[in-house]
Formats: sequence, C-alpha cells, structure tokens
Amino acid sequence: MIAFVIKRLLQTAALLLVVSVLVFLGCEILPGDVAQVSLGQYATPDNVQALRIELGLDRPAYERYFDWLFGILQGDWGRSITTKTPVARMLSERLSNTALLAAVTTVVAVPLALILGLLMAVGAGRAWDRVASVVTLGLSATPEFLIATLGVLLFAVQLRWLPAVAYLSPGSDLAQTARALFLPAATLSIVVMAQIARMTRAIIGNLLTQPFIEMATLKGVPPRRVVGVHALINAVGPLANVVALNIAYLVSGVLVVETIFAYPGLARLMVDSVQARDLPVVQACAIIFCATYVLLIFLADVLAHIYDPRSNLEAADRKG
Amino acid sequence: MSTVAASRPEINVTLWISTTLLILCGFVAFFGPWILPQDPTDFVTDQPFAKAQAGVWLGSDYLGRDILSRLMNGARITLAMAFAATFLAHLIGDSLGLLAAIKGGWVDAFISRVADVILSLPKIIVGLVVVAALGPSVPVIVILAAVVYAAGVFRIARALGNDIVAMDFIKVAKSRGEGTGWVLFGEILPHVVRPLAADFAIRMSFAMLFMSSLSFLGLGVQPPLADWGGLVRENLGGLSAGSLAAVYPALAIAVTSIALNLLVDALGEQKVDQKGTR
Repeated sequence: MIAFVIKRLLQTAALLLVVSVLVFLGCEILPGDVAQVSLGQYATPDNVQALRIELGLDRPAYERYFDWLFGILQGDWGRSITTKTPVARMLSERLSNTALLAAVTTVVAVPLALILGLLMAVGAGRAWDRVASVVTLGLSATPEFLIATLGVLLFAVQLRWLPAVAYLSPGSDLAQTARALFLPAATLSIVVMAQIARMTRAIIGNLLTQPFIEMATLKGVPPRRVVGVHALINAVGPLANVVALNIAYLVSGVLVVETIFAYPGLARLMVDSVQARDLPVVQACAIIFCATYVLLIFLADVLAHIYDPRSNLEAADRKG
Repeated sequence: MSTVAASRPEINVTLWISTTLLILCGFVAFFGPWILPQDPTDFVTDQPFAKAQAGVWLGSDYLGRDILSRLMNGARITLAMAFAATFLAHLIGDSLGLLAAIKGGWVDAFISRVADVILSLPKIIVGLVVVAALGPSVPVIVILAAVVYAAGVFRIARALGNDIVAMDFIKVAKSRGEGTGWVLFGEILPHVVRPLAADFAIRMSFAMLFMSSLSFLGLGVQPPLADWGGLVRENLGGLSAGSLAAVYPALAIAVTSIALNLLVDALGEQKVDQKGTR
C-alpha cells in the first residue's frame, strides 16, 4: 500500500517535471521570440535585441529553463508581457474564483450524481432506467456551450431571474456571489453529473452480477438493501476513483464555462493570454491546470488502490 | 452496461434515429455547396439577428448573414476536420499499438511511456499551449487533435493486439516466417477491425467536441471560415436579445455527438444480444 503510494508519487513528480519541460519548450518553438511578439512587427531589430538582453533571452535555453523552474518553486512566476505586472499577483485572485466555482460544482453534483446512479442501478432494465440512461449518455456527449446557452436563454432572457454575465468583484456580498455563480456552476454540474451517474450505474450494475449479490437476494434481502448496502460498500473504491476523475475533468469544463459567462477565473485569464500571446501568463496557467489535473489523477489512483480488495489481499499475503 | 432482457424494438429505435441523423449530417456536409439556400458570406438583411422569414429560415447572424447556410457550410468544415483528425489518430494509434503488441520489449515500453504522458495531461490545456505557440490554423488544430487522441487509440489497439498475439495462430504465422508487416495487417488487423471501428465513432465525437471548444474559445478555426464552434462564438452576443443564432450550431454539435455515441451504444447492445441468443 505505502510502497504503491510512494511509487505513484515519484511517477507523478517525474510527470510534473516533464510537464514543466513541455510547457517551457512549447513557448520556445514560437516563431520569433517573446521580445519580438512583445514589441510587435514594426519594432526595429535594435529594440528587439535590447529587450532580448533585458529579458535574458540571449542566454541558452536550458539556463533560462532552470531559472524559470526555480522561480516558480519560490513563487516568482515572472512578469506579464502585456500588463508588465507580476504574474503571481494576476493569478491569485483568479485562482480563488475558479476554485470557488469548482468547489460549488463538486458539492452540488457529486451527491446528486451518486443518488441518480444508484436509483438507475436499482431499477435496472425498467423503463425509467432506460430513459435515464439515454438522457445521461446524451448529456455527457453534449458540449458545455449548448447547456450554458440554453441556461442563459431560459433564466436570464426569458425569466430574467439571473444575470447572463457573472459579474464577480472582490467586494460582492453573498447574494451577489450566489447569483453570479448559479448558471456557471449549474452548467458544469449537469455535465459532470451525467458522467458520474452513468459510471455509477455501470459500476453498481457490474457488481450486481456477482455471486455474493445473488446470495444476498436468495437470502431474502430486499433489492433496495442489496444495492444500497451490499453493492455500495464494494463500490466505494471505484466510485471514489470516478469522482476524482470527473473533478479533474472540470479543468477543461471551466475553460468554456468561464468564457461564456465572462466569469473572472483562471481559465478565462489563460484564454485571454493565449489570444494576446502573453506567454509567461500562459505558462503559469498551464502549469497550475496540469498540476491540479495530474494530482487529482494521482488521488484517483490511490483511492482506487486502497479500496481494491485484491491490493489488500496482496498486503495480507505479505504480512502472513 | 446492457442487459440481455432489453427488448429489440427499442434498440432499433435508437439505432435508426442515430443512423438517420448521421446520414443527414454527412449528406449536408458532402453536398453542401450544391444545396445551400444562400451564399454563407452574403448579407441577406441589413439587420443583425433578424427573425426567421421566408428564404432566411433560421434568421440572420450578427452581421445579417443567413444562419441556415452558415450552419450547413459549418457542417462541412466541422465534420471534415473531425474526420481528418480521427483518421490520423487511428492511423498513428493503430499502427503503433499493434506494432507494440507484436514487438514488445523496449519498443512497447517506449511508445507506452509517451502515450502515458499524453494521456495524463488535460487535452484542452495542451491545446491552448500549442495554439499559443504556433497560432490558430486548421492544420495545426487537426494535427494537434490527432496526436492528442492517438494516445488513447494506441492503448486500445495495443490491448486488442496483445489478446490476439497470445493466440496460437500468430505463433504459427511467425514460425512460418511471415514478416512483421504481414502479421500486422494480414493476421491481426482483421480480428480487431470491429472494436476499432466502434472506437473511431466515439473518438470522432471527442475530436469534434475538442476542436469545437477551441474554435468556441476563439483559438480554433479563424474567420471568415467558421465551424460550428466558431458560429457559437460569433453569435453569442445575440443571446441576451433572445436570438437563437448561437443555439443552432451548439445544437448541431450536440446532435452529431449524441448520434455517434448512441450509434455505438446501440450496436454494442446488439452484439450482446447476439451473444445471448447464440
């Protein structure tokens, strides 16, 4: 168990190192370089050269990579090309907004999805399970921007209950924050819910074909208890894995949702920076998103491993 | 996921609906230039987000162009890009996957590690970094999608290949002196075509969603060209005035993607059914 965690931890650290190299290289293959992009196409060669020296771009790439990497580790993310402000300051507020959105989505979507998946598994094969299966399959194949635009049309344009744009300023009170968060969080929740519910249904449905479930049924345990207790306990590991994977999925979901609702989060900062080709900011955002994603996948693996009866068996074998 | 008890007529309904929708999309994409009601770049009215009227069946877009024509033209771009990316992804993923299955050893280990790295990164973030570096253009985005999705295809092809390689007839073929190429295409490929074809359909829906998302973020297909994702972006401003101009292309993406998923789901169910009856 501990050996597995340490092994996966080392793999994750190595992967993060590879990610940092790839992100750095990704911004190195740019035709021209940061100095050129920063000054625009009408800059004189002398000006570009002066800025290159000022930014340290005349040094070899590996030296700059290590400088950049150690800078990040010490909290120095460099300066934005367009706004000239330190990247770290631009990130901090945006990061908390995105974290808030992701947290609200998770708290709403995960319990609802697990309940929905369980209900589908209990009624497996019945009409409403089939309807719910098709609906959740459909929703998990639907792009976020359809759900978001329909949400805006219904709640912001037709009913006028909510704002179409999520204005969120540092001073806004709870009611304002809730109104701003509602549509973005609801959009993300629907997509995440559909996926978790589908997988829950599949995991529980799979467990229900096992002999111990048949045993419980023959013993006279009511079906609801068979699914809700006997199957559910054994599904905890795989379900925890599914939930972690879907929170990792939020990383890409927030990009689209923050753009539609003009939500002032990290994802929108990244999209804007890609358009402006503000590479230090793009690098920083990419590192944060990739690190979050990689760590969540690591968590999912560890959770699945802890609850896997076979891995416990191995441990018991070694002890005995 | 399916049960043998599932009744046949219902399966056929999803199968028929999804097939019909896909044929319709394919038809529009293929014959688009001959059946467009208007020129997609022409201004049909002088007012943006005009309501639907005769000749302009779905209304006009943010510049007063015919939405239906732009939507039909978008089908061509969207589906062609999705198909090209998926085709490339399968070309790369299938050949490397089956090669890894046959060769094993360091070839397998090396390609597997590369695939692991690609699979453990969030695709859309990789996309953003690449677009930030190389700029948004159709070839960049298609190749990007192909490489990103090739890793998943590789895993599946390798797993399928490994199952077949373990069988006796492959040992016989190898000991008969058949070359790697012949074993790959002549002996293994025929056995894995069906699952790989199912993967192709699902993967195409992923690739379409991925590239549409990039276009929607303004980092994919650039104006004056517009795929469905780009059309959503262009017309997002009309939403607050109640215009459906942004909803139609989003709906088109959803319908195509759902149809692809339902098709594979329905075919998968029929396969289980056949096993059950045999």
